Amino acid sequence: MPKSGSTAKISRRTALAGLSAGAALLAMPRLGRAADETIRIGFPTPLTGPFAAEARDQVKCAELAVKLVNDKGGIGGRKVELLVRDDKLNAGEAATRTLELIEKDKVHAVVGALSSAVQLAVNEVTRARGVIYVSISQSDTINEAKDFSKYTFHEALNPHMTTSAVARQTLKKGMKVAHLVADYAYGHEMLRGFKRAQATIGADNVGEILHPFGAADYSTFMPRLMSMRPDVLCISNFGRDQANAIKQAVDFGVKQQMKIVVPVILHNQRLAVGPDVFEGVVGGANYYWGLETQSKTAADFNAAFKAANAGAIPTDYGAYGYSGVGSLLAAMQTAGGTDTDKVVDALEKLQYDLTKGPQHYRKCDHQSVQSVLVLESKKKSAMANDNDLFAILANDAGSDDMLRSCSELGHAT
Amino acid sequence: MDLSLIIMQLLSGIALGAVLVITALGLTIVFGMLGVVNFAHGALFMIGAYAGLYLASLTGSFWWGLLLAPILMGAFGMLIEFVLIRRLYGRSIDDPLLLTFGLSYILVEGVRIVFGSDGIPFPTPPQLIGVLDLGIGFFPRYRLFVIALVAVVLLLLWLALEKTRIGLIVRAGARDPMIMQVLGVDIGRVWLAIFGLGVGLAALGGVLAGPMRSVNPEMGSLVLAEAFVVTVIGGLGSIVGAVVAGLMVGISISLVALFAPEMATIVMFALMAVVLLIRPQGLFGVRGRTT
Repeated sequence: MPKSGSTAKISRRTALAGLSAGAALLAMPRLGRAADETIRIGFPTPLTGPFAAEARDQVKCAELAVKLVNDKGGIGGRKVELLVRDDKLNAGEAATRTLELIEKDKVHAVVGALSSAVQLAVNEVTRARGVIYVSISQSDTINEAKDFSKYTFHEALNPHMTTSAVARQTLKKGMKVAHLVADYAYGHEMLRGFKRAQATIGADNVGEILHPFGAADYSTFMPRLMSMRPDVLCISNFGRDQANAIKQAVDFGVKQQMKIVVPVILHNQRLAVGPDVFEGVVGGANYYWGLETQSKTAADFNAAFKAANAGAIPTDYGAYGYSGVGSLLAAMQTAGGTDTDKVVDALEKLQYDLTKGPQHYRKCDHQSVQSVLVLESKKKSAMANDNDLFAILANDAGSDDMLRSCSELGHAT
Repeated sequence: MDLSLIIMQLLSGIALGAVLVITALGLTIVFGMLGVVNFAHGALFMIGAYAGLYLASLTGSFWWGLLLAPILMGAFGMLIEFVLIRRLYGRSIDDPLLLTFGLSYILVEGVRIVFGSDGIPFPTPPQLIGVLDLGIGFFPRYRLFVIALVAVVLLLLWLALEKTRIGLIVRAGARDPMIMQVLGVDIGRVWLAIFGLGVGLAALGGVLAGPMRSVNPEMGSLVLAEAFVVTVIGGLGSIVGAVVAGLMVGISISLVALFAPEMATIVMFALMAVVLLIRPQGLFGVRGRTT
């Protein structure tokens, strides 16, 4: 993109802005030069709104990834800086902030966004500007050919991966399945994933209810869900919606009739409503701190996070912030700097293990191939301590088989 | 679609409406008597939930929280009236509106600082956990309790306003404060009490909603929008209006959820639009009221 000063016609306003910026630069010459040397990573995430708890964990972990690299002397002697922006869970806000990060703050890459709709907006902007974007949102639309670009990377799990892993653990042939689904991209994709898994397993769909995103009350959906008499209820929503929906389902006695499963079981939401409500709920996850007994990397990650955050443990969505920023920085390290093409190349070849075992970005769609956990929420009496929330039912190792094929996503193979 | 399902659905709607009624009531009473549009009502609802939770954990019983939180919050409301709102009487309607709007931001941010922005679990009182078999289906005990409690509060409020001397003063004060002052009534004290009552009702709504929804700093903003819709449908300042409209909204949401769940939230606004087209002053509102 041309800088404001280099366009042919300079408006009075641009000239004034340029002049004052120039004056500011003269006033602080040292700061100006230092900024050129720093590697800047833009990090839009919904710090306010119903996903705020998850977003704050992402920031903490992303900062940890940056700190660890800086402590080792940075990348080629250059320090790394994380520029966190609140996308307010709004696609328009996210696009504006991302554009600002690129145009004004001159970031070298963007990592972040939690909601699927917001992720699409960030991807549009980064794609148009040729800036690398590592998404940590659980939605894979940007991996499909129409939204994909060589600058797009997807570090998070995707709906296909989590729903099939959860379905394998919980569904059996002939079971009846009902769905309560948030009416936006995330919910629709999770529903699609579950239905696909159901078809493979041979379980029957008995009904679907779409609920408005961000609803506070789910009671009005419960009588109808109960009347469908399913064996399993899949609740596909996120953040506070998950906490409220599960709580109210339990109030209505749903658990006596059927099992509740979710595509992604959230650490923070389990904390927000307590063990009694979540007891027995099964869901997928990218990370759980309890993995440390099985994985050395998990133990190291937990220890580093504890040291930086007064003994707190990292959460699932937090881990995404760490691995998203961490994998990007590792690629920059290999590429020896921030040259976009070289970093893209390095990311495509990268084999990384930051939180839970080996991961790599698949060449055709840049989806991170990684393990999927299936967790079950423990009952209160089975918890060894306040952090002991889940039992690990399965830890499916990463493989191409758990992803939709590249041709299915519309990529040339 | 069988009858029992529709009855269960109606009952969920009434339970939903009961929380709306109690919250909208505080908003409408304060507007009706004081002419103050209280934008901090949602934030006070939220603080009510936190206060209820805090008092319940302090005393070890939900019931103390349910009793004390609205009373303490009512006192807090009086403090707000005395320190802030009082200075703005007689000015345009925008001034208290902006003041309470700003106040709501301060309150929400304050709670974020003290309790964090994650939700906090608010356990259902042990006596009310589980479902009750109604013969045609199971319904959560706690929601039945909410319906009953709201009915009792409404009855008490009605008795207080219609049958007591204080109620008489309040009603007269709303109609003509000047004459009341001439008659030797300290109308300032009446307004103080009314604002306290409004905030107490918001807090009661918050404590009641606590065990049903997760308790978090943003829980008030959605409720504020709902309470305004109910108040507008019922007619600004009308107590009967708030009750009828609250139940109407709850039941509409519930019945729409049965047939077109995606539309469940929009129906509330559609209902408001229709009512405003037919009766701009709301169902029980008084035409041409000025403040």
